[in-house]
Amino acid sequence: MDFLRDNLPYILAGISVGGQYALIAIGYTMVYGILRLINFAHGDMFMIAGLMGVYAVTWMPLYAAIPFVIVFTVILGFAIERVAYKPLRSAPRMSVMISAIGVSYLLQNAALYITGGLTKTYPNIPWISETIKVFGATTKMVTVVTPILTIVLLVILSLLIKYTKMGMAMRAVSRDFETSTLMGIKIDSVISITFIIGSFLAAIGSVLYFTNYTGVMPTAGAMPGLKAFVAAVFGGIGSIPGAVIGAFIIGLCENIIKGLGWTTFSDAFTFALLIIILIVKPTGLFGEKNIDKV
Amino acid sequence: MTKQKKWLLSCIAIAAFLAIVYVLEATIPKSSQWSMLFTVLEKGSIYALVAVSMNLVNGFTGLFSLGQAGFMLIGAYSYAIFTIPVAQRAAVYQYFDGGLIQFTLPVFVSILIAGIVAAVFAFLIGLPVLRLKSDYLAIATLGFAEIIRAIFQWNTLGPITNGSNLLRKFATYQSALFPIIACGICIAIICLLINSSYGRAFKAIREDEIAAEAMGINLFKHKQMSFVISSFFAGIGGALLAMFQTTIQASAFKAAMTYEFLLIVVIGGMGSVTGSIIASYLFIACREWWLRFLDSEAYIGDFKVPLLRAGFRNVVFAIIIMVIVLFYRQGIMGTREFSWEGLLRWFRNLPKNIKNLPNMFKRKRKKEAQINE
Repeated sequence: MDFLRDNLPYILAGISVGGQYALIAIGYTMVYGILRLINFAHGDMFMIAGLMGVYAVTWMPLYAAIPFVIVFTVILGFAIERVAYKPLRSAPRMSVMISAIGVSYLLQNAALYITGGLTKTYPNIPWISETIKVFGATTKMVTVVTPILTIVLLVILSLLIKYTKMGMAMRAVSRDFETSTLMGIKIDSVISITFIIGSFLAAIGSVLYFTNYTGVMPTAGAMPGLKAFVAAVFGGIGSIPGAVIGAFIIGLCENIIKGLGWTTFSDAFTFALLIIILIVKPTGLFGEKNIDKV
Repeated sequence: MTKQKKWLLSCIAIAAFLAIVYVLEATIPKSSQWSMLFTVLEKGSIYALVAVSMNLVNGFTGLFSLGQAGFMLIGAYSYAIFTIPVAQRAAVYQYFDGGLIQFTLPVFVSILIAGIVAAVFAFLIGLPVLRLKSDYLAIATLGFAEIIRAIFQWNTLGPITNGSNLLRKFATYQSALFPIIACGICIAIICLLINSSYGRAFKAIREDEIAAEAMGINLFKHKQMSFVISSFFAGIGGALLAMFQTTIQASAFKAAMTYEFLLIVVIGGMGSVTGSIIASYLFIACREWWLRFLDSEAYIGDFKVPLLRAGFRNVVFAIIIMVIVLFYRQGIMGTREFSWEGLLRWFRNLPKNIKNLPNMFKRKRKKEAQINE
């Protein structure tokens, strides 16, 4: 119990960050499930959403700014898919991944140009950035809101995928790309919807994440992006609940390591975890086994 | 053209190039804007070496590895640690009582050690990682590069690595000829390897792993070999980069650096050494020199040209790269290599090609459509 009490702030922070990683990780895992593509630009989309949040509040009132940020990110995600990934649909997988790296490079440089290299401070959003006390530990409201919101969004998403026609199409495409095309599923619209959902969740994640860590810089998306991807692999890539659980585990572990005074290794630990899981159980916690056919 | 004649031509061309660099270095003052040329030549050569080493793994063996920055980091640090003069160590390792290592090694030995240390790390990392497939391999090597970076920044290792502080005052080179010749020799060795029976085995693995295995190629052994050799040269590249920069810090060797090399390899053409070299020089020249004007505000008469501001260069540059990645997937050279006949043919066809320039897009579309059918 002593351990719990001493480390409560870290555990709370871990759960909160875990929820934010989860929102990003869902985007990775859905895109991977359907296109078999590591969308390296997803972390940078998240950063652009954060940056847009900084600028949007100076242009319009807050209640309009957050929806604006979400819509902007969704449109950006849709546009990136159409411009950078769609022309390469028949190309080898490596080309698409390189295109994703190119987009990431472009987004980071564009952000560097817009901000002039300065770290921008994320605006204070009332209510969720209020300071509260949980079991004697001081923290922000966002710490409590994040896990709840994440779970709610996860449930809604699962229902969508299970019961709507589009969800069924998504499941079919992720099972077998070619056959589902033969069955008359419109692949392009399914992929677009996937990117739209992914960007939507990344935008929400960015609002929560940057309320906690207020510095937005062009490289702010790289690390959370990579960690969210690790979370997706950890949970079994392609599986949405797996990604969420993986994200919570990674968020918790990372912050407990910080609490033990090993801050230098908090990032390294995430990757060590990735390598261990890839070697021991490459399909992740909830992943399906994939058999290579000759 | 006979083989002897080609050899002679190549030797003359290389000697002439080195002589020109030597003369230019003696004549151009450091202050003139043309001194940028040497930055391009030096950094371009170093980038070319690392890009070719990355091409060996990614383009010739078909393994999608993203660990290059990590191996460069190891190389740069090994080199720097062994060549800081003993008298300067107290100043460099000011937070760690002058550091643990109290001797210096000659420059050439240190460069070799840089390569060997990187290769040893690659061997150990390769044991588990090379059993993974395509994108899993990419993300695992990327992860290892990040872990290496964290270890080098670890305070407990401070007496050796100076923690997260700068390493400086190590031996550097005087003439631009040094990196050019060093990289030239390394690239020549890689070329010899690619043209040997091992190189053919690498290409076989790239084309089809299962068929290669059926032909009696030991997959793991060859992948491991390609990975270790590539890292060896990346380590040497890191050491040369340290010499070029004169100071190094672990935090600079991020995943973004690996992405740069990957983009160079793609621009040059996956599986072409010549392409990687040309692309490296173009990449550095554009970024450091030719596109500089985009970063400063400009006026045409009274009209202020919009958008020009610090950082715009990189945006334009990134867009150019995206266009190449999307529309010229083959890169500059595809999988072709430099040859004197090819060069002659290119010059002979030049007038015809210029005339056909407007039709280029049309033809490309048709060709792609045919391939897709």
